[in-house]
Amino acid sequence: MRAYKGKGDVQAKPYYTDRYWVAPRVPKFDVESDEVFSKDLEVIKSKFDVLEAFIQVEQMTVFINPDDNYKVLQLLKDELDYTQLSEMSAIDFIETRDGFEIFYQMLSMNKRKRIRIKMFIKNGAAINSVEKLFRSADWSEREVFDMFGIEANGHPFMKRILMPYDWQGYPLLKTYPLQGDEFAAWYEVDKIYGKEAREEIGPEIRDTATVDRYDSDRFARLGYEVPIGVKITGNEPKNTQNYQEEGGVFLIRKLDKDSSKVIDDPQR
Amino acid sequence: MAQHKINYTQNGGLPVALTSMDKVVNWGRSNSLWAMTYGLACCGIEMMAAGASRYDFDRFGTIFRASPRQSDVMIVAGTLTKKHSEFIKRLYDQMTEPRWVISMGSCANTGGMFNTYATVQGVDRIIPVDLYLPGCAPRPETLQYGVMLLQKKIRANKASRAQKPKRLM
Repeated sequence: MRAYKGKGDVQAKPYYTDRYWVAPRVPKFDVESDEVFSKDLEVIKSKFDVLEAFIQVEQMTVFINPDDNYKVLQLLKDELDYTQLSEMSAIDFIETRDGFEIFYQMLSMNKRKRIRIKMFIKNGAAINSVEKLFRSADWSEREVFDMFGIEANGHPFMKRILMPYDWQGYPLLKTYPLQGDEFAAWYEVDKIYGKEAREEIGPEIRDTATVDRYDSDRFARLGYEVPIGVKITGNEPKNTQNYQEEGGVFLIRKLDKDSSKVIDDPQR
Repeated sequence: MAQHKINYTQNGGLPVALTSMDKVVNWGRSNSLWAMTYGLACCGIEMMAAGASRYDFDRFGTIFRASPRQSDVMIVAGTLTKKHSEFIKRLYDQMTEPRWVISMGSCANTGGMFNTYATVQGVDRIIPVDLYLPGCAPRPETLQYGVMLLQKKIRANKASRAQKPKRLM
């Protein structure tokens, strides 16, 4: 057996990061560089305010006012042939701009083009539901509500979709800790056993580096068992493993390793 | 009439075997461990493989049941989310005593790699566990060996009706 070395702080040490590394940016192009997109943008511009438009990775991104979202998507669906809403969600910009960016990812199978409609809403504002236009927005809007707390006006069933109904907090906000706040940490204990059981059950063990496999209180090491609480030195004698008790079990034949055939040729 | 002495307790006499109640009951319990189907994630696939013909749980008398009221052992195979935690407790309570729990795989043991807000960090926070199987996912052989160890544990304990309440942590 290998000698035991403490590894308690391995995960606490930070990784090496390059201070001078600059994340590469995806280049933006003018909408005029693409014929189909420039025609689509003309149609949108003729009816609605467009704050910004550009092409990135062969897809057009259009920024609109948040009040226009239903009508813009209706225009895209009915007149411009963008018949699918493949994805919608939100991006948390609360820290820098005190709000969220909502995006709608549209696909036209006939034109073989994708458009991304984006809009910026203030923190605490609601959006108009587009569930009447696209059935796929039903669950997406519920997910946006579940993860960011943005409600969609006019949605038929505005409830959480992934987290339980009695959950508190919105997990995809950048301020939400990955390992959960206090409510999340005690959720199952509070719900099943009540708050009184917190002390008995104890806090969650979140740092996996603290789980010590040489801990003889909580683990038995097969083949090298020691009594509970005894400190493991690493020089324990090996116990042979039996699949059955020494005396055997009534009506059940005991495996005899010596008389059984061991196949050690993998190419047999 | 021929007169000879019959030793009833020996082989070759009458088919009589003497044993204790404990051993008979434990023999029956350990060889008909009906498992509750509890595949929550990828470990469930390995559990199904252990139940299918190649590894063949039926040899051990382990048959998967879809109802907690018919099962003796709950094999928790996979990630337990916080949303699901109340249901695992309810199903565990519905199992008849005596009952055992095998926690299969890293996720069920400690939460595994899902060190997040939505995952229960080990099913032993909800229900008492008899046996932890390490691995991600454990091979069907490991689960088979685990069931054999559980059989050994059942046979080592008293078969009295009152089961001691198990420690939760």
